[in-house]
Amino acid sequence: MNLFAYDFMIRALIGATVTGLAAPAIGIYLVQRRLSLIGDGLGHVALTGVGLGLLTHNSPTIAAVVVAALGAVAVELVRERGKASGDVALAILFYGGISGGVVLVNLSSAQSSRSLTSYLFGSPLTTSPGDIVVIGVLGAIVLAVALLLRPWLFAVCHDEEYARVSGLPIRLLNITLAVTTAVTVTAAMRAVGLLLVSALMVVPVATAQQVTRGFNATMYLAMALGVGASVVGLSVSSQLDTAPGATIVLLAIASFVAVTLLAGVVRRARPRQSVPGPPADAEPPEVLLDR
Amino acid sequence: MTGNEPVVAAEGIVVGYGGRPVLHGVTLRVTAGEVVAVLGANGSGKSTLIKSVLGLLSPRGGEVRLFGTPQRRFRDWYRIGYVPQRLDAGGGVPATVREVVASGRLARRGFLRGLLGGGAADREAVSAALVDVGLTQRANDPVSTLSGGQQQRVLIARALAGRPDLLVLDEPTAGVDAASQEAFASALRRFVSRGGTVLLVAHELGPLAPLVSRAVVVHHGNIVHDGQVPEPVGHHAGPHHDHVHPHAPYDRPGIWGAP
Repeated sequence: MNLFAYDFMIRALIGATVTGLAAPAIGIYLVQRRLSLIGDGLGHVALTGVGLGLLTHNSPTIAAVVVAALGAVAVELVRERGKASGDVALAILFYGGISGGVVLVNLSSAQSSRSLTSYLFGSPLTTSPGDIVVIGVLGAIVLAVALLLRPWLFAVCHDEEYARVSGLPIRLLNITLAVTTAVTVTAAMRAVGLLLVSALMVVPVATAQQVTRGFNATMYLAMALGVGASVVGLSVSSQLDTAPGATIVLLAIASFVAVTLLAGVVRRARPRQSVPGPPADAEPPEVLLDR
Repeated sequence: MTGNEPVVAAEGIVVGYGGRPVLHGVTLRVTAGEVVAVLGANGSGKSTLIKSVLGLLSPRGGEVRLFGTPQRRFRDWYRIGYVPQRLDAGGGVPATVREVVASGRLARRGFLRGLLGGGAADREAVSAALVDVGLTQRANDPVSTLSGGQQQRVLIARALAGRPDLLVLDEPTAGVDAASQEAFASALRRFVSRGGTVLLVAHELGPLAPLVSRAVVVHHGNIVHDGQVPEPVGHHAGPHHDHVHPHAPYDRPGIWGAP
């Protein structure tokens, strides 16, 4: 079948491309911060927004953005406190979010139990022209934040204490990152679904960092991998008639496994040839282990 | 600011973690051009003192003034270059030496100014800082492939890249190899000769000792010595004394709860 013969397929591909670009671009900051699972949690919270939107006959996407953004701010405030009990608070927020969402979606109307699945696991082929506009706008916001604020977001995720002493607006940056994550979750809802969006934020980054040396390089490669997985996954799923969102994620994970194995083989093939420092810099291995 | 205002003035600083007092009304002043070493055993409160000066901890009592401005109203953070004890490995996303050092320019750039990438001045300052610590050849290597001592040099390069007036260093020599300690000391010497002021916390001074103009010894949260660098005593004074006693595990910065 010619992928471009149908308008719905073209719209699906556009949505998948935007998602594949935007999700890893913001996901890299979450990975750097060891918050890889936050996207998943915000996906849960966003479902309550979807339910509210359906129930009140407003746009589920806009409602999801608002609710997920509120959830993101709450998560950030909990994280900032850094208390052990915060972990439990997040669990309550996330599971409350998904339960609330399921209840509200089911309340809204009879036909929406079908749409519940589409919000949870994506349904790119039903992307409407209106959806494409929303996805495009949300994706553009995410990319603008991830790329333009990169020096500041990098600094605050890399070494928050140092960023604080540099006089950077730490809380503003953290909340910007959290809200942008929520926007990403919502933008990706159509392509891969709320339960799978986190995979597209994290897995391409994990794959890219096996072979890259710097942060910027990792970001660009992860974005390329994200687009690749989304477009190829969508095409494969339409050929094989498999679930598109899950196929995209499985493809991303398959490339992660392949690259990890390959990188391991390459590393073994040429040991210590990579970065010879000047001899004066050499340190006994114990020093490295010590740290 | 008047010319003879101290660069750092911490007056009667009281800090406690939970119910446990760590600093009991400590006063520390550093004037322009000085190199002050805060010495003390692990747990003496010396790192807590530095973190209070930088505003990473909120003291229960006392006042900190930086360049004559109360710390709460201090906005000229580009004048301070902070060198933390070590770089937390981060979340595993690689970052090159140059990328990390470039963070040191942000305090100068200001938030959202120069949004579209750093200018020539930024690139030049980063390169100069890398030359200063002898890591130019490693600029494009991931920080994680560097030795502990080299990573420490990356952190001082990051602080120097912002062209600060005051350097604040937390345990710069702990567990650092000899070559890196020398590179570190000469970078610091050049900084001081350019008129810079240094406040450093150390467990032992090593090759930095000749640079230090005044030593402050903290013991159980009080200052017990303020003046000349104390001479090592007993077997510590031996020229080949290898300082190997175990260091306490890295105490997490206290802002996230008790260490």
